[in-house]
Amino acid sequence: MSIPADIKRDFPVLQQQVHDKPLIYLDSGNTSQKPRAVIDAMNDYYETTNANVHRGSYDLAVRATEALEGARAKVARFINAPATNEVVFTKNATEAFNLLARSWGAANLGPGDAVVISEMEHHANIVPWHMLSDEKGFELRWIPVTPDGHLDLSDLDTLLKGAKLVSVTAMSNVLGTLNDIPRLAEAAHGAGALLAVDGSQYVPHVPTDVQAMGADFLIFTGHKMLGPMGIGVLWARADLLEAMPPFLGGGEMILNVTKDGFTTTEIPWKFEAGTPMVAEAVGLGAAIDYLDNLGMDNVRAHEIELTDYALRTLNERYGDKIVIHGPQVAIERGGVLSFVYGEPDMRVHPHDIAQVLDQAGVCVRAGHHCAKPLLQTMNVPATSRASVYVYNDESDIDALAEALEASSDIFAF
Amino acid sequence: MPGLDDLYREVILDHYRSPRNQGELETPPAVRTEGFNPLCGDEVIVFVDVDDNNVITDIAIGGQGCSISQASASMMSAAIKGTSIGEARQFISAFKGLMSIHEGELGGDGSEAEMGIDTDVADAGDIRLGDLEALKGVVKFPVRIKCATLSWNTLAQALDEAASDT
Repeated sequence: MSIPADIKRDFPVLQQQVHDKPLIYLDSGNTSQKPRAVIDAMNDYYETTNANVHRGSYDLAVRATEALEGARAKVARFINAPATNEVVFTKNATEAFNLLARSWGAANLGPGDAVVISEMEHHANIVPWHMLSDEKGFELRWIPVTPDGHLDLSDLDTLLKGAKLVSVTAMSNVLGTLNDIPRLAEAAHGAGALLAVDGSQYVPHVPTDVQAMGADFLIFTGHKMLGPMGIGVLWARADLLEAMPPFLGGGEMILNVTKDGFTTTEIPWKFEAGTPMVAEAVGLGAAIDYLDNLGMDNVRAHEIELTDYALRTLNERYGDKIVIHGPQVAIERGGVLSFVYGEPDMRVHPHDIAQVLDQAGVCVRAGHHCAKPLLQTMNVPATSRASVYVYNDESDIDALAEALEASSDIFAF
Repeated sequence: MPGLDDLYREVILDHYRSPRNQGELETPPAVRTEGFNPLCGDEVIVFVDVDDNNVITDIAIGGQGCSISQASASMMSAAIKGTSIGEARQFISAFKGLMSIHEGELGGDGSEAEMGIDTDVADAGDIRLGDLEALKGVVKFPVRIKCATLSWNTLAQALDEAASDT
């Protein structure tokens, strides 16, 4: 079985024209579109089930609580977590990284310690460490990136000396590079450090098994995997979550509150202060059902096929007028294609490319992709980025290739 | 509906291909300021030399960015070189007026009246924006307004510093 040829029909937003052209959505690395099933599940929740959770004694509230906790169980199964209570819902991946830094990090890091990240991290896995390092005085170290877009692990042993945490992405949001997470887990654990994995780009596209990865923490977001905006996930080993202090304080996260203080409730609710995003959790659960129905092996196989087609199509058509960053073999990467385009001595700026493509109905992202340290290493100020997902097919890549031609006409020197 | 011709006017592309006053000036005497567009990573560096009579005797532009930000910076440098700080500030406010859109009037056929663009604002005071008027099409592409205004905001900062130095 493979991805159905008529899959676009499941996505209402794709049934429109922009600038009198069919919408060609190639920005799923930024956020994915939502199938009708996800939108319906969220509407249905509000129409039939809505109540506040974990506190009502009436039937409606019980069903709302079951909807939230049912979604949590789906997430746990989707990433092969050993236990459902290891899944903490957050607003997004960024909040999950801040939770990790402010809770685990603040309790465990100080002068003389080190956190090791890589040059290909998203700002979400950089800035919280900068902020905490300013307060706690630990060292932030960087795994370099090679010119061909891989992590340079040649000096890993030195980088890991004294490290308490390694926090790296499983798939670069700029280069598409798939990193060797099991190897990093082994090295981190060998050095006495924990491993946090940014799965924001990986989990939506590749069958994920936190136990096989060897990760201690896995962070990802719902909106890049066909789910709604407003829900993200921090998965962590139960013993780590138990030992971590709470992050945000308020309702839901307490066992008892007196004038003298408070005690926290059990995990994962200890980390979920306030009324949670129940409809968003339901939407994420529906997205997981949709992906399960497609089969994550098929999702990944489709991505490899389409990435391979894009690499061949763009390189054959444009030769030295295009440089696609990152691994040149589809199997080593995800379907995010960052590129520069134009004559070799005078590239067209990515903003101008995105503008020209938009006139042809083609949506791509231009800029630094929230990964400025990586772009500094690559020595480019910005790239254009086309990223594919389950609803894209070869016709979308053909439209991209065709639309690029127009920027040559405007910016020819 | 606005088309690419509204944005990429020939005079803009000319400044993009052959930017004026590109480079650096020695600091001091020149003042150097940097501007960033955090959205896209574009950066512009503006150097200005201001003499004792508050005249901008020289200007240089560094950094990198898209055609709109580069062309706007180039046209700005040509327009304000040799003017007084006061005149340059009038240019800045006239240009920012050109770039301002009236809330709630987006959409429609993209004509200037429809978009709420006040064509008189470009003539504020005694200032004639000249070639810079070619940039008014940018307003039809709201995402790009920040590209066009980046160098102007950076110049305003440079002039504040230059004025406080004297």
